[in-house]
Formats: sequence, C-alpha cells, structure tokens
Amino acid sequence: MRHIISVLVENEFGVLSRIAGLFSGRGFNIESLCVAETMDPTISTMTIVTTGNEAILEQILKQLNKLINVIKVIDFKDMDYVSREMVLVKVNATEKNREEILRMVEIFRGRIIDVSAKTYTVMITGDEDKIKAFLTLIKPLGIKELVRTGPVAMLRGEKTIKMKEKHGKGEEDGQGVL
Amino acid sequence: MKKTGAQIFVESLRKEGVNTIFCYPGGATLNITDELHHATDIKQIVVRHEQAAVHASDGYARASGKVGVCLVTSGPGATNTVTGIATAYMDSIPIIVFSCQINTALIGNDAFQEADIVGITRPCTKHNYLVKDVKDLARIIKEAFYIARSGRPGPVLVDIPKDVTANMADFHYPEDVHIRSYRPTYVGHVGQIKKALKLIASSERPVLYTGGGIISSGASKELRRFSEMLSIPVTSTLMGLGGFPGDHPLFMGMLGMHGTYAANMAVIESDLIIAVGARFDDRATGKVDEFAPRAKIIHVDIDPTSISKNIKVDVPIVGDSRNVLKKMIELLEQEKEDFKDYPSKIAPWVEQINKWMASYPLTYNRTGLLKPQYVIERIYELTKGNAIIATEVGQNQMWAAQFYKFIKPRTILTSGGLGTMGYGFPASIGAQVAFPDALVIDIAGDGSIQMNIQELATAAQFNLPVKIVILNNRYLGMVRQWQELFYERRYTWTPMDYAPDFLKLAEAYGVAGYRIEKEEEVDTVLKEAFMNKKTTIIDVRIDPYECVYPIVPPGASLKEMLIV
Ligand SMILES: Cc1ncc(C[n+]2csc(CCOP(=O)(O)OP(=O)(O)O)c2C)c(N)n1
Ligand SMILES: [Mg+2]
Repeated sequence: MRHIISVLVENEFGVLSRIAGLFSGRGFNIESLCVAETMDPTISTMTIVTTGNEAILEQILKQLNKLINVIKVIDFKDMDYVSREMVLVKVNATEKNREEILRMVEIFRGRIIDVSAKTYTVMITGDEDKIKAFLTLIKPLGIKELVRTGPVAMLRGEKTIKMKEKHGKGEEDGQGVL
Repeated sequence: MKKTGAQIFVESLRKEGVNTIFCYPGGATLNITDELHHATDIKQIVVRHEQAAVHASDGYARASGKVGVCLVTSGPGATNTVTGIATAYMDSIPIIVFSCQINTALIGNDAFQEADIVGITRPCTKHNYLVKDVKDLARIIKEAFYIARSGRPGPVLVDIPKDVTANMADFHYPEDVHIRSYRPTYVGHVGQIKKALKLIASSERPVLYTGGGIISSGASKELRRFSEMLSIPVTSTLMGLGGFPGDHPLFMGMLGMHGTYAANMAVIESDLIIAVGARFDDRATGKVDEFAPRAKIIHVDIDPTSISKNIKVDVPIVGDSRNVLKKMIELLEQEKEDFKDYPSKIAPWVEQINKWMASYPLTYNRTGLLKPQYVIERIYELTKGNAIIATEVGQNQMWAAQFYKFIKPRTILTSGGLGTMGYGFPASIGAQVAFPDALVIDIAGDGSIQMNIQELATAAQFNLPVKIVILNNRYLGMVRQWQELFYERRYTWTPMDYAPDFLKLAEAYGVAGYRIEKEEEVDTVLKEAFMNKKTTIIDVRIDPYECVYPIVPPGASLKEMLIV
C-alpha cells in the first residue's frame, strides 16, 4: 500500500538525516521525499511517499512521532486531499514527432521549458494518474532523461494541518497513534 | 556576568544536581577539565577506557535512578563510547554523554581527532546535539537532562566543540524546558484502563508479564499491590527483575529463552496477558506467533512504538507504568464488589502454576565439579538479596538471573537488550560510586571480564570495593553451549584456556584475589571476600561443561523447552 505522509519538523540541521536514518535503519523504504520551509521559517514540511502494509505503516508513523524534532505527522490515507508532482522530461525531438510532442504537452497542459536542435524539455505537473498517463504516452517518442520532484500534498477544502503542538500523543485514543 | 563555556558547563551540572561524573581527558576536554580542577563538589572518576565511562554512568543510573553523566574527548574518545551508548539505549537508561569536539571552524575538514559523533550516534541515542554556539550551551544541557530522564528514558549525547568551551556568554540556566515537539504521555487513557479491567474481570488464567518499565517508572509497590489484590501471578523479563519480589509466592520467575517452566507454561496456557513496561522482545516471547496463543493481551507502555510492534494487542494503554497501575488500583478499589470473587475464581489457575513450580523448579545436577548455580545460590543466601548485582553476558548472566532472588528494584545491573560483554564490571563501579557502602557484586564470565579488565585500575584508584565473581569455565560458555546443543560440539573459537592467572592479575593491580575450586570453600571464601574493603577478584573454577537450563531453542515456541 502506497502512502503519502507529511511530517512537520523543526527546521534545524541534522533533522533530515534523522528521518532518513529512521527509514533505512528499520528497513523501511522511501519512494520520494520533498522538503521545504513552511510559512513559519522555524518549521519545515517533509512529504514522504512510502509503501508497506498496515503494521509497517503504523510503526513508521509511531517512530516518526517519537523523534524529538518531529512536531507532527500526517498520513493522508483515508483523508480527502490533493497532491501534485512536477516532472521534467527531456524527449527526443525529430522532424517527425515534434508536432506530436507539442500536441501532447498541450493536452496535458504542460510547458516546453527548453529547446535544442534534437530535444525538447517538457515540464508537467499533476497528480499521480496524470503523470503516469503522460509518461506512458510520451515514452514511445523516446525519453532521454526524466526528473521528478515527488508529490506534495494538502487537505482539501478549508481544513488545514493544525500546528497543534505534540502533546500526550495518544491520550485521546489511548493508542498513541497520532 | 559573562562566563566561559567551560564555566557554564560546570555550573549547569551543578544546577542539575550532578555530583559525580565518569571521565577521560584529551585535548578537546582541557578547558572543561581545567575548570573542574577546583570543583571538589563533583566527584570525577577517571576510567581507563571511554567505553567503561559510559557503562559506569549507566550502572550509576540504574542503581540510583538518577541521570548518569560522563565526559570524553573528541575523535577516538567519542567513538569509544558507542557500545556504551547503544547498551543504554537498548535498555532505556538515562545517561548523558558529553563528548568534546574539535574547534567549530575545523568541523568537516577531517581535522586531527575529528569524528562525526553526532552522526555516528544518531541511531543509538534518544536524541543528540552539536552545540554550535556557547549561547545555546545551558539550554541544551537543560534539554538533554530533561529528554534523558522523561518519557521512555534513554541516552543523550551532547557534542561540545573546544572553542565553545572557551567562548563567553551570559549564564542563565533555564528554569524549565519547552520543546514543542516532545511531550511524553504519562497518564493512561481512562477508557482504555476500564476496558482492561473488564477483560481482567472476565479472565480465568491471567498472567502479569512485567519488564524494565516497572523499574524505570518506580512502579514496584503498585505492581505488588495490584498483583496481590487479585492474586495474579507475575513473570518478569530480565530487565524487570527486582520489580516484584523474587521470593514472593506469586512470582513465577523469568520467562523466555531461559525462563522457568512455570512462567513459560503459564504464558502458553494463559487467557489474558497483562504486559506492563515490557516490550515483547524475542528473547522473552520465543516464536512470536506461538506466544500466548489463547490469550487476549493488555499492553501498558510509555512508548507507543513498543505497542503492537511484535504482537497484536487487544487493549493498548500508552502511559507510565506506575501511573497506570495506580489508576487501576484506584478503580479496583471503587469496584471492590465486582472483583470480590476474582481471586477464588482464579484459584485453580494459581494452583496449577504452583504445581508447575513444584514439579519443575529451577534445578541442576550437584554432582561432580563445582556448579555455578550453587555459587549463585550461596551468594544469595549470604547477602539475602541486599546486594547490588551486576552481570556480564552469557551463562553467568542467566545463572545470576535464575538463581539469585532479586527482592528490590535497582539491584540488578545487566545488559538486557544489547547483551554487551564487558558491561558488568564498569557498571558495578558506577553503582559503587553511587552507593559507597553497598555490597556491589559483578557476576562475571572469564570471557566477558577480559573486555573491560583494565578498569581494575580505576576501581583500585578510587577505593571501590567491588566484588568480581568470575564464574570461570575456561570457555565463552554461552556460545559453547549453543555449539554443544546445535553444532555437534564443535567448539570453534570458544575455548578460553589461554587467559591470565586472575590472582596474579589481582596482585598486579593491587587488588585482592581469591580462588574457589570446591563447594566446601564457597561460603568461607565468599564471606571473607565480601568483608574485604578492597576491590576483589574471586576466581571460581566451575564445571566447564555446565549448561543453562531450561532453554527454548532459538526460533522455537516457549513450550518447546529443554529442561534438565
Ligand atoms: C561484545 C560482545 N561480543 C560477543 C558477544 C557474543 N557472546 C555472547 S555470550 C558470549 C560468551 C561469554 O563468555 P563468558 O564471559 O566467559 O561467559 P560464560 O557464558 O562462559 O558464562 C559471547 C562471546 C557478546 N554478547 N558481546
Ligand atoms: Mg566463560
């Protein structure tokens, strides 16, 4: 099962390595990781995509929470959220396929951000499905290189991730799970 | 008034009430070392190897319940602490390791005696810090002590560059700590506690399975009261020994790989396991799928990551063991009526357990060469549980756990989680410093004792009358036992015939030495040795081929015990 997790952390040196170390030390896998400052410069958000069964996920969430520098952990599974990822793709641009690339970029509302004699560099943003669809279609035209940011996510509607401070994690449900 | 980092460091220790540190100097410690020159209020135990400084502060913490403190230099000084830190981490022991670091400007340059100790110890500390600015020093020390002793305790490392110890700042020791991202849960959820009591009320074959959380939360009085109120039998992990009186009729002994028949069978047959401050470690559970197959499980632990990690739990309760047990007792008292008949309802179960205990007690064959179990039994009889017992790792550790009855909490110092050979002797140094008048005994193996033997000099220098009882079987006995049972007696790498003459070694270090070879000598020599005011080695020549029984073979279910 694939999960998107947001982790609010103290914006300090060494925090990223604590999180990465937690994953590697326990044999958990990180599929993608995206880190940047929030509105409050003392806090960063890390958006992590990971996979595992329920038990593994529960351990990951609890272990993340246990780190002293972690302020809050959110698993977006079972929540109503939006997520977007950005992809840069360098495709072979030949006499024959130039038109088709342009058409596809337009359909997917991407942009050509760099051009050379033999290549186009395309930027696409979207959710997982859209990016998958685009890559499937563009692949036969010849992808030279591909870079992805990994997704970032946010709750839908008016709801926000409350910066409520960690306190007595688990007091409410007696389980200590978030 | 401005103070140097070194002055701030020493003042901060005073503010925390630290009166003892275990230390070893180097270039990077010099500012602090010099500052401590006049600090007669802080005992400074200089060890012979930094690993021992950490184990000693760990032993100090386990025995006293206070945070243990040690201080080492950069580079090799710091890397030598890693085994000690990992040992404390696995057993949730509150210690602080102050490592000095090279100058801030040189960090990252592969400078002389530089090691990224914060990076190295990240996975084996509860938290760690690099102090980059002298202005942060006091706050970080305050936080370090708070983090080490609160919640699930653990080791914290604070790395202090040498220039930080020389730089000046105003000194204000913070009154309290505010870490927005760290708030441990102490109070158990009342709804969950009530659910637990309901499960208990409907159970017929309950077992209390207790661990180190009883010791660290100071819950032994509450545990005893709770168990006695309902007459529920108790088994303990290695880490929990002493949390419930070892001579109590409801005590079944330790469970797990070298647990008692009664404790392991009780777990197998139980319909309700009440786990308090224990973490379902594989040494305790055996094959985890077959652990307590018929039981519902209540799990009380302060660390949510311990709950439902190895075993699915029916009623999880996150909280401090003492706090939760207190609440349970309070609710039991309110609902006395409901539980009035409980002890008589479970009487047949207690009866069954008593039968197991009577039919399959811990035992050994007392013929032939001197048996280690006999020696431990005598140590118990001679001290009546009034000693602090450290152990090394291996057979010696298991025999101590089985045959010494731990009556009070904080009387066993043993590396349970990491199983660190060489832990026991420096740990007993730490305990002896905390309690100069106590009888502190390290039950050692001939292999393990050689891992920190150099500390004889420390013990002698500081007049610490630690007693080292070497159960000398001329083997790395526990490994040899596995070779005997599972590798057709091919004793590869395990013979230790080539060892020092421990009596001559004692003499060389200026400590007392005794040897025991026969049963008749045991009492007389032990009595004399225990009276001796010097550091003392007692070399006990035991049967080299004695094994620890019962044993649950690795990976097997608890019911597959091999017994004597
Ligand atoms: C530092 C370390 N290295 C290796 C081991 C593996 N090990 C576990 S028990 C043991 C034998 C210990 O021998 P000894 O101290 O003589 O104790 P005995 O089992 O003979 O009582 C060994 C090597 C360990 N636990 N710790
Ligand atoms: Mg041995």
